[in-house]
Amino acid sequence: MTVNRKPASSEHQPKEFSFTKDNYELAIKELSKYPENRKASAVIPLLDIAQRQNSNWLPIAAINYVADLLEMPRIRAYEVATFYTMYNLAPVGENLIQICTTTPCALRGSKDIVDVCKKRLNINFGETTSDNKFTLLEVECLGACVNAPVAWIGDEYYEDLSKESMDSIIDQLKKGDLKLSPGSQIGRNGSMPMGQRNSLLDEGK
Amino acid sequence: MPKIKINDQEVNVENGITILQACESIGIEIPRFCYHEKLAIAGNCRMCLVEMEKSPKPIASCAMPVTDGMVITTNSPLVKKARNGVMEFLLINHPLDCPICDQGGECDLQDQAMSYGRDKNRFSENKRAVKDKNLGPLIKTVMTRCIHCTRCVRFAQDVAGVSELGATGRGEEMEIDTFIEKTISSELSGNIIDLCPVGALTSKPYAFEARSWELSKTETIDIHDALGSNIRVDTRGREVKRVLPRINEEINEEWISDKTRFAYDGLGCKRLDRPWVKKNNKLVESEWSDAFDVIAKKIQNTESNKIAAIVGDLADCESIFSLKKLFNIIGSPHTDCRQDGSVIDSSFRGSYIFNSEVCGIDKADFILLVGCDPRWEAPILNSRIRKRYLTGDLDVALIGSLPNRENGLTYPYSDLGSDPSVLNEIASGKHEITNKINSANFPMIIIGNSAVCRPDSSAIIFRIREISEKYNIVRGDWNGFNFMSSVASRVGALDLGFVPGQGGYDFNSIIENSENGNLDIVYLLGADEFSVDKLTNSFVIYQGHHGDIGARNADVILPGAAYTEKNATYVNLEGKVQRALKATFPPNEAREDWTIIRALSSVINSPLPFNNLVELRSLMENEHPIFSKIDLFQPQEWKEFGIDGAINKKSLGFSIRDFYMTNPITRASHTMGLCKNEYEKRIKSINS
Repeated sequence: MTVNRKPASSEHQPKEFSFTKDNYELAIKELSKYPENRKASAVIPLLDIAQRQNSNWLPIAAINYVADLLEMPRIRAYEVATFYTMYNLAPVGENLIQICTTTPCALRGSKDIVDVCKKRLNINFGETTSDNKFTLLEVECLGACVNAPVAWIGDEYYEDLSKESMDSIIDQLKKGDLKLSPGSQIGRNGSMPMGQRNSLLDEGK
Repeated sequence: MPKIKINDQEVNVENGITILQACESIGIEIPRFCYHEKLAIAGNCRMCLVEMEKSPKPIASCAMPVTDGMVITTNSPLVKKARNGVMEFLLINHPLDCPICDQGGECDLQDQAMSYGRDKNRFSENKRAVKDKNLGPLIKTVMTRCIHCTRCVRFAQDVAGVSELGATGRGEEMEIDTFIEKTISSELSGNIIDLCPVGALTSKPYAFEARSWELSKTETIDIHDALGSNIRVDTRGREVKRVLPRINEEINEEWISDKTRFAYDGLGCKRLDRPWVKKNNKLVESEWSDAFDVIAKKIQNTESNKIAAIVGDLADCESIFSLKKLFNIIGSPHTDCRQDGSVIDSSFRGSYIFNSEVCGIDKADFILLVGCDPRWEAPILNSRIRKRYLTGDLDVALIGSLPNRENGLTYPYSDLGSDPSVLNEIASGKHEITNKINSANFPMIIIGNSAVCRPDSSAIIFRIREISEKYNIVRGDWNGFNFMSSVASRVGALDLGFVPGQGGYDFNSIIENSENGNLDIVYLLGADEFSVDKLTNSFVIYQGHHGDIGARNADVILPGAAYTEKNATYVNLEGKVQRALKATFPPNEAREDWTIIRALSSVINSPLPFNNLVELRSLMENEHPIFSKIDLFQPQEWKEFGIDGAINKKSLGFSIRDFYMTNPITRASHTMGLCKNEYEKRIKSINS
């Protein structure tokens, strides 16, 4: 089980949690999308807000807080939080790097990308650097196979990675100033072919 | 009505049922793990796959409603293959530990693997390991055996009303868990043992005690509350090994409370197994004849109006009837069965039974609880209210208070305070709740025991009767006036008229007069729920099965039989007469209770007019015709009762403060002791 899927030990768990004023307003806005007696529908966005407020991880106090706010049994919120891998149940580094190693990415060289990360950050999968800047995770298919290999950093996908581009991403992240734009790192527009179009050429004729 | 075809057989089925139910209706058995008649449909085990025409894949029959013209096949090679595949997947992570599993012999997975399992394993990886969970002193968990049917999760949420179990994690890491280490705070938790189709949840007290096929099974009646749940008592040799529910849709459906299920170990502890007689201020073991001689001498030398009798909570109707007869012969009117001091009397049956029947709750759309806590006084009845609540449009209101526990009731209710004088406002139509009563089609009032153990109880009852009449709660097609007894013997004892006769003392006066020295003999038939220290001035005869409170000050102890050890009759809170059967024998010298009283009557030279159970019962049925109708609800004509008067403001309470310690059997039970500790620990952790 990877590091973010198991709840942090009790000494890392904060005793209390509540939304900041801004986040509370955000939560209320989210709640307004659902009928009064179907509040529990908002559990996913509210857990996300809570996670963002709490340095990208969800303590049990936060899950309890959201469950109570939505008037749902706490266990139902635990179920949601433990089911979706995007919720981190234990502290993670400032930059969460998740690299896909499923077949298409593996064929397109994700192993090299992984090696670069492991070497540069000096950590293995499921570990956090000692300065608490990076956490590295191995994940299954991210659904961007056309642009393999893919890394998911923060809220963005970085695609068509090479050793060099991964290297420079880490450089920039270390400096705390990521200038590279997300998406394809070799200039492709979305998932369109590299260079000239070579199919559907008679389109529009 | 949709017409469907199952295995080339045309059937008309009810609208809205599932394919699985349709198949069952014509006797085709569909294997299943997650589906259960009484729980919400989950459709996650996939064992019930069947073939449906025009569907490219087999479908889960438990989750698919029937529609007109469906063509279903349940016996094709495809279905067999699909189920074999499901079974193979289920067995991938299921350990091969049947020889050391308590579910062995009554395990759904074991049974169905016989028809759908492969004899060889194609999975060469390791089976997954899952940590066992601590669900308290009642439920043993071996979570590697869990197949994730989620029956326990659905039971906890829907029936028990405590959402504490869930399926956390996903895929290989999915576990049934409380997530935060926590035991289950439900008084119905034991039912998940029955629901679990595998050996993941088994009974802790029964662990490694016996195999299911070694047990003799006796179908009988429970006496730990007044509901009279139908149970099956499993014994090996003379020992009760476990208690399971029997299905009775009208009473307990298929649930029983933890007390009913687990208090049986108290039957083996602190038993009175021989007569005892006090000599030189010390109880000594004696023979029956000595004990009877002592009593006979005492009775013959005592004026008849200085003898009194109190019947306890677990007494059966045969012994109550015999004791009543005996006291008629002795000529004493001082008899009472209400050791809680209740004023409900036996003059009108409709005033002390649950007139709507328990299954009437399914129909009710407004329930007013007065001085009662259904969750502890009748847990299964409470789950029925919750079941009704889940179907929607039910309002519940409570006049009274609840014990200190995690969740009040298992459904929302409006709190009308604990001051009973609010009944006056309701009767005069000034209270806002009257709008709800008026708009309800089947309003219902449930009165608890604590409302009738007060000096002003007659007035409370009178006011409630007035409300019942004014708001059409009692009418031709519906009787919503319900009294909910909390002890098993009460309704039967009232039916038999075990109340003070002409000029007789009631319970409180018996105690008072005994204290004053006006009563020379007090006969306790299993009466344990009051302070017997006040009886020290009288000669106390205690007849019962446990050396509990009642036996403490006794001068003579007559050892009787517990509910599993006698053929007896009990009347439940609805007034249904039910027969309990003997599952095992009373220990050593102990005897069935009516035989003791019959024997005593001969010793005092006025034998009771029956020599066996058949004669006793026919006499009882002659004098009290309601006893001739077994298992039937007998509706009552409506009459006037209660006395108009002032209701004082003293707050209404509840009758059970400690759910796990309500009678001698539970107090002798080690398991109930553990439950009590666990409960107190939980309350402490909440309060801190």
